[in-house]
Amino acid sequence: MLYNDPSPLETKVLTRLFGVPNSTSVETYVAHEGFVAFRKAAAMTPEAIIDEVKKSNLRGRGGAGFPTGMKWSFVPRNNPKPKYIVVNADESEPGTCKDRLLIEYDPMQLIEGMMIAGLAVGAKRGYIYLRGEYRYLVDILDKAIAEARAAGWLGTSIQGTGFDFDCYTHSGAGAYECGEESALLESLEGKRGVPRIRPPFPAVAGLYRCPTVLNNVETYCSVPSILRMGGEAWANLGTPRNGGTRLFCLSGHVNKPGVYELPMGFNLLRMIEEVGGGVRGGKKLKAVIPGGSSCPVLTAAECDLPMDFDSLKNAKSMLGSGGVVVMDETTDMVKVALRIMKFYQHESCGWCIPCREGTTWLKNILTRVYNGMGQKEDPALVHELASNMLGRTFCPLGDAAAMPTISIVEKFRDEFEAYVRRSPVTDLADIDTKIPVRA
Amino acid sequence: MNFSPELEAKFAEIIGKYPPEHKRSALVPLLLFTQDELGQITAEAVQEVAKRVGVFPMQVEEVLTYYSMLHFPKPMGKKHVQICTNISCQLTGGEELYERASRKLGLGHKQVSADGEVSLEEVECIGACSWAPAIQINYDFHHNVTPEKLDELLDGLRKLN
Ligand SMILES: Cc1cc2nc3c(=O)[nH]c(=O)nc-3n(C[C@H](O)[C@H](O)[C@H](O)COP(=O)(O)O)c2cc1C
Ligand code: SF4
Ligand code: FES
Repeated sequence: MLYNDPSPLETKVLTRLFGVPNSTSVETYVAHEGFVAFRKAAAMTPEAIIDEVKKSNLRGRGGAGFPTGMKWSFVPRNNPKPKYIVVNADESEPGTCKDRLLIEYDPMQLIEGMMIAGLAVGAKRGYIYLRGEYRYLVDILDKAIAEARAAGWLGTSIQGTGFDFDCYTHSGAGAYECGEESALLESLEGKRGVPRIRPPFPAVAGLYRCPTVLNNVETYCSVPSILRMGGEAWANLGTPRNGGTRLFCLSGHVNKPGVYELPMGFNLLRMIEEVGGGVRGGKKLKAVIPGGSSCPVLTAAECDLPMDFDSLKNAKSMLGSGGVVVMDETTDMVKVALRIMKFYQHESCGWCIPCREGTTWLKNILTRVYNGMGQKEDPALVHELASNMLGRTFCPLGDAAAMPTISIVEKFRDEFEAYVRRSPVTDLADIDTKIPVRA
Repeated sequence: MNFSPELEAKFAEIIGKYPPEHKRSALVPLLLFTQDELGQITAEAVQEVAKRVGVFPMQVEEVLTYYSMLHFPKPMGKKHVQICTNISCQLTGGEELYERASRKLGLGHKQVSADGEVSLEEVECIGACSWAPAIQINYDFHHNVTPEKLDELLDGLRKLN
């Protein structure tokens, strides 16, 4: 059973097996051109595989949008250490629920993507790091891996190609920060999920300090279709520099929320109106988080734009992880800012002060504003505090907390002003004893 | 300490996934599976896991306390109700669900019923945003949860065993 009806506007490339009976089996996968890409790649040189991925303009689907082919090319070929393929299936960015489906309906596509990455960089072993809450996916993947091994698609000299590869699931246990690549590697080594100072980047010193390719689930899942169709044809599904399709997770105040595969560059307003069936209850659109809660929000007036990495960057936001959160005219933006900050405050690993203290203070100030006891200076204070976090932290979680906050106080300043105008508290000395901070 | 043969087999399988010189990698999965099987992570289990992966028990505790799904030293209830109130769920009624569950169960955030059967937690995004509001009871997802459906699920909690 599918979680939501597909839309006729979708371009089904990665999701082509969604809804097909028994889609997780080797048999079904092979019947739908499964492993054709692997066979092709096994006959190519590593350089040629990476070239094809470069030509596809595939950019990382985990959040930052880094060109995948280029990332793979950073792995030192002559390093004698073993090399690793690591899949980021931590999927914890609020608004994002797509990797889950890619694994649930088509685990073989992910396995094939990892195998091709293995061929490209000379890795023989891979790990899939799943967030702990996705326990049912461990079972699905373990079964798929066992089936692939039994059918000779994993193991030694796969299908007589002389290429050895195997992969394993690994379960996290609840920590957003473990989605950050270096924290993920620490966690995978059995430690607290505290990030590493970079450089060196994972491509050079990743898992067990060995060269490691680390990508998002959807990124790996894109690779088989790239090899099958050819990089250029795949690139042409999207816009210049932003190749292919991607899975968008529509949520919030829309009539038909769901996960939809659309070409890169699909217009955001059209996505809300035609794919999502418009804003719920006939209400007017107020704002959109375009790519998960770390991204600056867009006002309704800013939403007429193509959904690709470059267009969102031009609009001073980000395409992020594909989580499109729609908010209607009744949405209280102060409440939204507070909820988002509460999340980052909870998830900060505590290593660096601007993030640990900044998120805590911002949460407290936003709480007092929301509780009707804000101070005249608070909107400006929130803006200043958040701005001071930018670029001053060990990992991007600090920025992820600051950016949406800054955008909300800038774009919806009047709502903050209205809150503080109504506040009966004018003496700050008073306030510390009065604010009820919700844990 | 003696584990059940099933848990022993699971331990062996998990440790076998990593290169022998890096068996510490198995730490978090071992703790999570131990908690699922035993219902809690006991001090004894910490000692045992430490021995199996070759670290000090204190190192296990150091790691334990980082992860929100590992409950130590106090376990959560046998039926752990986790209600997401993060952004997509907040916009679609997640907070109301949480308040409702809290009233109905008489439990606050991370509180456990006196008989140890049921516990409640307000959680961050669980990866079900497009089918919000969403909740998890132990590992089971429930999507597009209405107040009525919530009542039904909560009423069924003590019958699940
Ligand atoms: C705080 C934080 C959380 C992140 N969470 C995730 C995540 O859950 N899944 C993911 O794929 N990437 C996540 N990322 C991005 C990863 O660090 C990394 O860039 C990504 O997995 C690389 O893969 P890609 O190039 O295929 O996108 C996160 C980054 C940060 C800073
Ligand atoms: S920015 Fe936050 S999460 Fe990242 S290292 Fe610093 S304290 Fe930890
Ligand atoms: S916000 Fe509730 S599941 Fe994602």
